[in-house]
Amino acid sequence: MSADARRLRPVDVVIVGGGWAGSIMAKEMTEAGRSVVMLERGADRSTAADGAYPASLDELEANFRYRLFQDLSKNTVTIRNNSQQTALPYRRMSAFLPGEGVGGAGLHWSGVHFRMPPDDLRLRSRVIEKYGRRFIPEGMNLQDYGVTYEELEPFFDKAEKVFGTSGEAYMVDGKVVGNGNVFSPSRSDTFPLPALKDVYTAHLFRKAAAEVGFHPYSLPAANASRQYVNPYGVQMGPCNFCGYCSGYACYMYSKASPNVNILPVLRRHPLFELRPRCHVLRVEKDADGRRATGVTYIDAQGQVFTQPAELVILTAFQFHNVRLMLLSGIGRPYDPVHNEGVVGRNFVYQNVTTSTVWLDPKVETNQYIGAGGGGVAFDDFNSENFDHGPLGFVGGSPVWVNQAGVRAIAAANAGGPPGTPRWGSAWKAGMIDTYRHSLRIDAHGANMAYRDVYLDLDPTWKDAYGQPLLRMTFDWKDNDIRMNRYVVDRIGDVAKAMGARRTHLVRREFGVPFDTRQYQTTHLGGGAVMGEDPQTSALNRYLQSWDVHNVFVIGANAFPQGTGYNPTGMVAALAYWAAHHIRTTYLAQPGPLAG
Amino acid sequence: MQGVAGVAACSTFLSSRMRAATPPAKAYTPRFFDGAEWDFLLAACDRLIPADENGPGALALDVPRFLDMQMDTPYAHGAQWFMDGPFVQGPDNLGYQLPYDPRTLYRRGIAGMNAHAATRHGRPFASLAPSVQDELLQAAEKGTLAFGDIPSRVFFDQLLANVMEGAFSDPVHGGNTRLGGWVMLGFPGARADFMDWVDRYGAHYPLGSISISGETA
Repeated sequence: MSADARRLRPVDVVIVGGGWAGSIMAKEMTEAGRSVVMLERGADRSTAADGAYPASLDELEANFRYRLFQDLSKNTVTIRNNSQQTALPYRRMSAFLPGEGVGGAGLHWSGVHFRMPPDDLRLRSRVIEKYGRRFIPEGMNLQDYGVTYEELEPFFDKAEKVFGTSGEAYMVDGKVVGNGNVFSPSRSDTFPLPALKDVYTAHLFRKAAAEVGFHPYSLPAANASRQYVNPYGVQMGPCNFCGYCSGYACYMYSKASPNVNILPVLRRHPLFELRPRCHVLRVEKDADGRRATGVTYIDAQGQVFTQPAELVILTAFQFHNVRLMLLSGIGRPYDPVHNEGVVGRNFVYQNVTTSTVWLDPKVETNQYIGAGGGGVAFDDFNSENFDHGPLGFVGGSPVWVNQAGVRAIAAANAGGPPGTPRWGSAWKAGMIDTYRHSLRIDAHGANMAYRDVYLDLDPTWKDAYGQPLLRMTFDWKDNDIRMNRYVVDRIGDVAKAMGARRTHLVRREFGVPFDTRQYQTTHLGGGAVMGEDPQTSALNRYLQSWDVHNVFVIGANAFPQGTGYNPTGMVAALAYWAAHHIRTTYLAQPGPLAG
Repeated sequence: MQGVAGVAACSTFLSSRMRAATPPAKAYTPRFFDGAEWDFLLAACDRLIPADENGPGALALDVPRFLDMQMDTPYAHGAQWFMDGPFVQGPDNLGYQLPYDPRTLYRRGIAGMNAHAATRHGRPFASLAPSVQDELLQAAEKGTLAFGDIPSRVFFDQLLANVMEGAFSDPVHGGNTRLGGWVMLGFPGARADFMDWVDRYGAHYPLGSISISGETA
């Protein structure tokens, strides 16, 4: 324990981070009769205050002054493209936008809510079965999760019911029940709510994709299509397509968030205590380092406390979980030179490019209408749904129109078609035409894990508390670029079928390094992955540290490689999966759950 | 589904676009920018978003006022950026690495643009012909100038980003006067309820733009 820290009264469970994973774990642990303290470094937040209508619908404050996002002035990361470079601080929000405050990124996310495809969960095995071991490129760390779709299904189902997810099922209990995604696996139940209506651009995309021969389906959205009461008894209102999802607290109580769907119940529970504005510095361990004894944190007044606990659950954002493990000496840090160690290994991102299609100028595409999780997708080139053999790459990409609502500053910055200046009268004409008459199609691809892409602690820069920043070493690799280019060509076919007046296909280019200045997505993953081999995973298949058994680490950090889907549905299911095994096995007999 | 409502809506948008093109009468006295800086901003904003047949320009939208008001916010003091050293320059794709907050970027960038205009053309930026102003802005955008250790591209990108914010953010921030930017674009602002419009495919939305203050166009 730290000598200068005030020692607090012990609790059963301390949870680090008040987002989706933290709120789910806190709910589950209080249900199991355990006392829980949840520490969140940001402010307390609620829809009533942070999603007030109409004042919260302020694009400048929400999307350009980052009202609900991480305070980079206190803590950021450093980034470089390869280990020969000096990593430099990520000083301004741009490529990715991590959250801060109660609800975490779950307050300002969009709401696309997927289950992980069964093949993605055992991607290494599947690729070897289909194409042979030599198909895996040199330097790619392809792995299985160590958990199957069948094992996770009840927890995917539970998360959808808690989130009030809207969608159309394809198959329930092995029987085709609806017009859902033909590539999706069988489910134990339908979605709790019917799919959202298609906005116009999604409607056009659905028609065109089907004409080309693909299999369009409604994106599963944690935006309620109708009024809904979840299993915890909290209510959601029907989404009105207001177009203010990403970056906002939903004023309609339609977008699922920890703040709407879990915390109203948790806050009233006598075993639960939330402490906002408490920044955890490290997990404390006992003398032999085999057991965690609690965490040390600093509050808004600068006072340092140690909170003793029997069980420590890390549920901060992906890279903050990895950093806390590195700062606390939990698990062996990854060494890319010798390819040893696990914490920081298999850091991955999401491989997204967005193409634009211009329609007839008589047609208004009304891009300001939208639901963050709504839209239409096809999965014909996602996961192992297609034959990679002749294509020679690993990974895939769903393709979709996910019109979450394009607002005015974003439209101005997006500008006109390629070749249009960024200002002046030509910009104005091109920008207005683009806003009124175009639509966007994403190739939302997977990013594979590589031996020389990883996280570690930066040797130079420190945060506001004097602790080293996390360092990202990341670049795009040819395998992933080839995958993107193949899938984007298929978007060209769909654009043609839509009767495009003009199409701008955006493909990832070979030799162009990852650019931290351009927004891409906040879907970061890996770095402390789950698996069945302690040589290649920091966590066992129950998301328990292999080395310190009373530390569980829940988040997208557990993904061994990227996936074509958005991460939140998988993170929520993993939280319920881990919680189930903690409740049924670990609490009665604390110790390693796998070994 | 396009019908009578769509036609009526288009004329509503046209008439409010004409209203928005009227320049505001009220004078504004800048608090942060001095006289020479203010002259630069007025001239540069007029080139970046000129008034034309597509709608009002940055001056009618009071973008310079927005910029001056922003200089009073924590953002302009760099409060949202990681501003701890050391400041090491690297490849462009690793992002901004200068020790300057937006206020300093404006002070030095405008001085640099005016100094360049004086050296090259013997007059400050604001006194040059519009075509010459465009050439200087293009040079700054391409990064062919430097203002001390500030590459002109860094200053230009800062200015352009804030000008766009001024023209298209909610009028409560001092720009987008009479919601002219939104009307030009066809953005309804804080309307934020399309339950009854989501499946009116391809039709023009009939209600005008609205600010979070309740001001309508």
